[in-house]
Amino acid sequence: MVTEKTFGAKAMDILLVIILLAIGLLCVMPIWYTFALSLSDKAAAAAGIVRLWPIGFNLNAYDQIMSDEKFIRSFGISLQRVLLGATLNFIVVVLTAYPLSKTTRAFRPRNIFMWVLVFTMFFNGGLVPWYMAMKSYGLMNTVWGLVFAGGLQVFHIILVVNFFRNLPKELEEAALVDGAGPWYTLVRLYVPLAVPVLATITLFGIVYHWNEFFHGLVLMSSTDKYPLQTYIQQLVVTIDTTTMTEDEYKKLSELSNQTLNAAKIFIAMIPVLIVYPFLQRFFIHGITLGSVKE
Amino acid sequence: MTNRGFEKHYYLMLLPGMVWLILFSLVPMLGIVMAFQDFNPGLGIFKSEWIGLENFKYMFLLSDSKTIMFNTIYIAVLKIIGNLLVPLIFALMLNELRVIVMKRWIQTIVYLPHFLSWVILSGILLDVFAFKGPVNGMLTFFGVEPILFLARADLFPYIVVGSDVWKEFGFNTIIYLAALTSINPALYEAAAIDGATRLQRLRFVTVPGITTTIVLLAVLSLGNVLNAGFDQIFNMYNPLVYSTGDIIDTWVYRAGLQNLQFSLATAMGLLKSVVSFVLIVISYYLASRFANYRIF
Repeated sequence: MVTEKTFGAKAMDILLVIILLAIGLLCVMPIWYTFALSLSDKAAAAAGIVRLWPIGFNLNAYDQIMSDEKFIRSFGISLQRVLLGATLNFIVVVLTAYPLSKTTRAFRPRNIFMWVLVFTMFFNGGLVPWYMAMKSYGLMNTVWGLVFAGGLQVFHIILVVNFFRNLPKELEEAALVDGAGPWYTLVRLYVPLAVPVLATITLFGIVYHWNEFFHGLVLMSSTDKYPLQTYIQQLVVTIDTTTMTEDEYKKLSELSNQTLNAAKIFIAMIPVLIVYPFLQRFFIHGITLGSVKE
Repeated sequence: MTNRGFEKHYYLMLLPGMVWLILFSLVPMLGIVMAFQDFNPGLGIFKSEWIGLENFKYMFLLSDSKTIMFNTIYIAVLKIIGNLLVPLIFALMLNELRVIVMKRWIQTIVYLPHFLSWVILSGILLDVFAFKGPVNGMLTFFGVEPILFLARADLFPYIVVGSDVWKEFGFNTIIYLAALTSINPALYEAAAIDGATRLQRLRFVTVPGITTTIVLLAVLSLGNVLNAGFDQIFNMYNPLVYSTGDIIDTWVYRAGLQNLQFSLATAMGLLKSVVSFVLIVISYYLASRFANYRIF
């Protein structure tokens, strides 16, 4: 590495550090502000005097949520959905990626399957036909609707396929010589070697199912079946879609219970905040390796 | 080394994925015929009356159509530009940072918003941009009258684009940073020996080293020209900003699932899908022709 020791170079380094720190702060400040708001006194929040520190510190909002049956039920539905959805995603993605990582010599129709997958990634029938299909499958008002409705994660499959293809061929040949079949090779050889990319798609799967709100909104007919994000979308974010004036809009936003809403938003963030640092070290590796091709 | 006996196992492995794909991606495509029908849910797609291109003709007569198409393209193009440039500049700055520990920390922090949903982030932005929120607090401090940000149609597209760039720039730097690490360090040494200053090294070593990546990302983003971001706008907009913030996807949702104009909404959705598909095919063709890029 080349380094310079002049005053100008040092000043530039310091300036760079300051700018980068400021950008970093810009990313966390809005989240921190919401947290501070959730711990503040209701009146202080409504008066708009809370900035970076809670004013009139209290846990009332969190107490209230703990006894809010609807919130807890939605949280439970979301957890159930993540558990089922991310597991299913993982299994199906790995199973689909393995044969597709073979050469066309080893698995002749490989390219046909790949092109069909890519086609579905780039073209879809649109919202209404999709909705009609979900309805005809009877996937309304069930957690399975939330698990399946997003469809096959083609992008995840492509990441894993590319990762598998970059593993040394000699490994599989050695396994073959020792008499291992495709299932054994996949489970005992490929899966352990592909930890970075598999951790990446697991993270993506968990985050996708936790964050997705739209399927909950259109597939569930009553609010007590909403997953958490849909619940928050309906109770915190949505503004009534009838026409209104600026004054009405202002009044409406002043009426809302800001501290309670902030606490709900913060709790809904927690699972992502927990999962993310653990899997973070994998996903950069997983994405860059998965997208590199020979 | 091949073993023909393995092929049947491969088919078996593909089975669950293919069933999922057929039921949830391919079968819904059949519903596209609704765009050419006067669809009646009571009759279904097999018995509803066939009306050819009437839905499309009607669609182009609606004054809404022009607005939502303009809004969609305007917001999407601004997002494409922002999401290419900001991560690039940020990656170049991060690359110049010598303190490795700090580099790690900043990376970890800036990736975070990418993993939060637009429901959560809209909730946060509603607070941050509230009439008595911190942004207005700052404006008041500088003597500017507070603004009701999310009710202002003239500001809405820029708030949408700005917050999207804010959410995604960290994550989008990953690909630039990967390209930057693949530049041979010997080039920097050689440039330094030749007396190149830091800025000259940036200009003549770093930037040429990642030009291919920049061009590739720019070409591939062509497919997003009609993707203004449903999740974001759906959670941030309100009737006051429909004139500048309503996009094809949000309109399709309201027309199709709220007002039950199934055929019209399907037609509009189909138009978007087809145009997007053509753009994506062109962009991937260009990328494979000029940058040797392949999807798999």
